[in-house]
Amino acid sequence: MDFSATPSGFRQRKLQPSMRLRTSPGDVPDGSQLFEDTSGAGPGAQGGYRNQPAGPQAAGLPGQSLLSDPMSNLAMAYGSSLASQGREMVDKNLDRFIPISRLKYYFAVDTVYVGKKLGLLVFPYMHENWEMSYQQDTPVAPRFDVNAPDLYIPAMSFITYILVAGLALGTQNRFSPELLGVQASSALVWLIMEVLVVLLSLYLVTVNTDLTTIDLLAFSGYKYVGMIVGVVAGLLFGKPAYYLSLLWCCVAIFVFMIRTLRLKLLSEAAAEGRLVRGARNQLRMYLTMSIAAAQPIFMYWLTYHLIR
Amino acid sequence: MAFTLYSLIQTAILCTNAVAVLHEERFLSKMGWGVEQGVGGFGDDPGIKAQILNLIRSVRTIMRVPLIIVNTACIILLLLFG
Repeated sequence: MDFSATPSGFRQRKLQPSMRLRTSPGDVPDGSQLFEDTSGAGPGAQGGYRNQPAGPQAAGLPGQSLLSDPMSNLAMAYGSSLASQGREMVDKNLDRFIPISRLKYYFAVDTVYVGKKLGLLVFPYMHENWEMSYQQDTPVAPRFDVNAPDLYIPAMSFITYILVAGLALGTQNRFSPELLGVQASSALVWLIMEVLVVLLSLYLVTVNTDLTTIDLLAFSGYKYVGMIVGVVAGLLFGKPAYYLSLLWCCVAIFVFMIRTLRLKLLSEAAAEGRLVRGARNQLRMYLTMSIAAAQPIFMYWLTYHLIR
Repeated sequence: MAFTLYSLIQTAILCTNAVAVLHEERFLSKMGWGVEQGVGGFGDDPGIKAQILNLIRSVRTIMRVPLIIVNTACIILLLLFG
């Protein structure tokens, strides 16, 4: 095994394709922390804070027998230890079901990344290098690599889509507060079904990929950006603007998905553009195409009833 | 199309039930989808049919007991609340 540091993340991926790990923030070396430490003058601030709760207790006025009563002290100490025990248990069990430390990786974004990614989602034609960079076998956090998937943009655009849908329904006098919930659950159900179908088809075609479920969720959530652009254009400028902007965003998201998934799903040779014959590579190509083609279909399906 | 999360759960239960009732001897083997046809090639490329057969067999094995529980709960809830 060749462990020499190679600058190209592509080659590292070829050596160990099945050992992608997303480590918790504690393991990442200092040079590339997930989150910046923005607590100003940590020890000083904490020391100042700790002095204050001790103050009123020690200085207690003679009338405040509640605080100096040993029984209530005991009760407070017991209650706080119970609370911390409960919190430990909840943390431990919650981490088994929802990998919180891995989720943190997907939210390590900053403004520059969000801006670049939104531009990429609407205009992916000028971008040349679509590879994700790795740092010693772990993917780099999204704030350092514009190609890495994140969950911030999908989450925010999902919520914005629901609000914009409510706005669109309101301009047609079809709005009622329950409709917001209906729209939200409907879009969520379609998202979950899409992710499940993609997972099933990835299993059936036996693709050796390091795409995790959360990655697929992130990629499926990127289409909400295009939907918002289409609906807002339709609200502002009427139906032709809606169709035009939706068409633009559909093509953009199609190209974006193909270029992103090509590197992850197809074999090395096919991803570099050379034609590789063989039933398996063909199947993978069809799979990539259909995942990318499903995005415009969903985009139209979820927005056409909002613009009349 | 107003899909709710409840309809998603319903769909999931119905689909899992559908997969669970496929009988091994009476149906799958007759169609050429039995267990012995699934473990054909030992290369690194199992093929789609082998994957589907594996999936059906594992769903039937794993989900048998949870499905009994979930179906019983559904029956009771539907009887009570219509």
